[in-house]
Amino acid sequence: MTLVAILGMALATYATRVGGLYLLRGVTVKGRLKSALDALPPAILMAVIAPTVLTTGAAETIAAVIAAGTAFMRVPLIVTILTGVISVVLLRMILN
Amino acid sequence: MVPKGGARVSSRSADFRQGVIDVVPIIIAAVPIGLLWGTLAAGRGLSPLEAGLMSASVFAGAAQFVAIELWRDPVPWLLLTVTAFIVNVRHILMGASLSRHMNAIPPGWRAPLVFLMADENWAFSERRAITAPLTPAYYLGLALPMYAVWTSSTTIGAVMGRSLGDPAVLGFDFAFSAMFIGLLAGFWRGPRTGAVLAASAVSAGLAKLFVPGAWYIVIGGITGAIVAAALHAESEAS
Repeated sequence: MTLVAILGMALATYATRVGGLYLLRGVTVKGRLKSALDALPPAILMAVIAPTVLTTGAAETIAAVIAAGTAFMRVPLIVTILTGVISVVLLRMILN
Repeated sequence: MVPKGGARVSSRSADFRQGVIDVVPIIIAAVPIGLLWGTLAAGRGLSPLEAGLMSASVFAGAAQFVAIELWRDPVPWLLLTVTAFIVNVRHILMGASLSRHMNAIPPGWRAPLVFLMADENWAFSERRAITAPLTPAYYLGLALPMYAVWTSSTTIGAVMGRSLGDPAVLGFDFAFSAMFIGLLAGFWRGPRTGAVLAASAVSAGLAKLFVPGAWYIVIGGITGAIVAAALHAESEAS
């Protein structure tokens, strides 16, 4: 049963990965639809982090604001990551 | 004289190398998470071989953590299968978006390549597509190290069978959020992007609190897209 479960999970997951490739087949992407699709990557990225950033605790929220401020200074990505991680560790020590 | 294929080969290896460089911070942060998942899986009775097989065939961290939560005896394989689909339903939106940037990827490669699509390499690929064509070499430079590290770290975790500690202690858990924040800056196109992000954040946050399951990512993504479509119409009218 363990192998059946792993196989089922693998097939279900691959279906989600490959399904998206066919979603827009034959669709002309322009105008309003193009605006909507162009907004998908940032909207999905935001949605992925929203619970961590907004509902976990003050340390995470403040660290996210610091990381966002760093990111908008157009620094290399690794600087943003390190700033966010160091901030969250320090803030958790201070606040918890 | 450079042979005819020379420039193409060297740009291919440069693309691959750039992908590896971009993904290094991610795979460093993924190691403790993978070890943790492996120890949890071992705690639920999975052998290292089974844990490694799941990582190699499913390759989806969030879905695998949820599966371990649900794991019991007898194994609820149908529940696990349906849950994996729901947790990963965001991939459909991600794949649809990425499919618009696959012109440099031979059609026959696209379906096999998305087997390795994960939040992190997808985000880097979308970011890359803003400024350069997305090539298989760059994508594989991102995806293959992630795949190797996730599969091996989860298997090693299952062999060890006990946790080295909570990844939250050193902030490894926050590395992914910080990376997504950093990538988000590259998608900024002015106040309209701000409206999209606000709509996504609020709807995803509310969905996380009030909607069971992992629908919040899809809800946030679609809400943001709807706001973008609405703002597009307004700007055309004015």
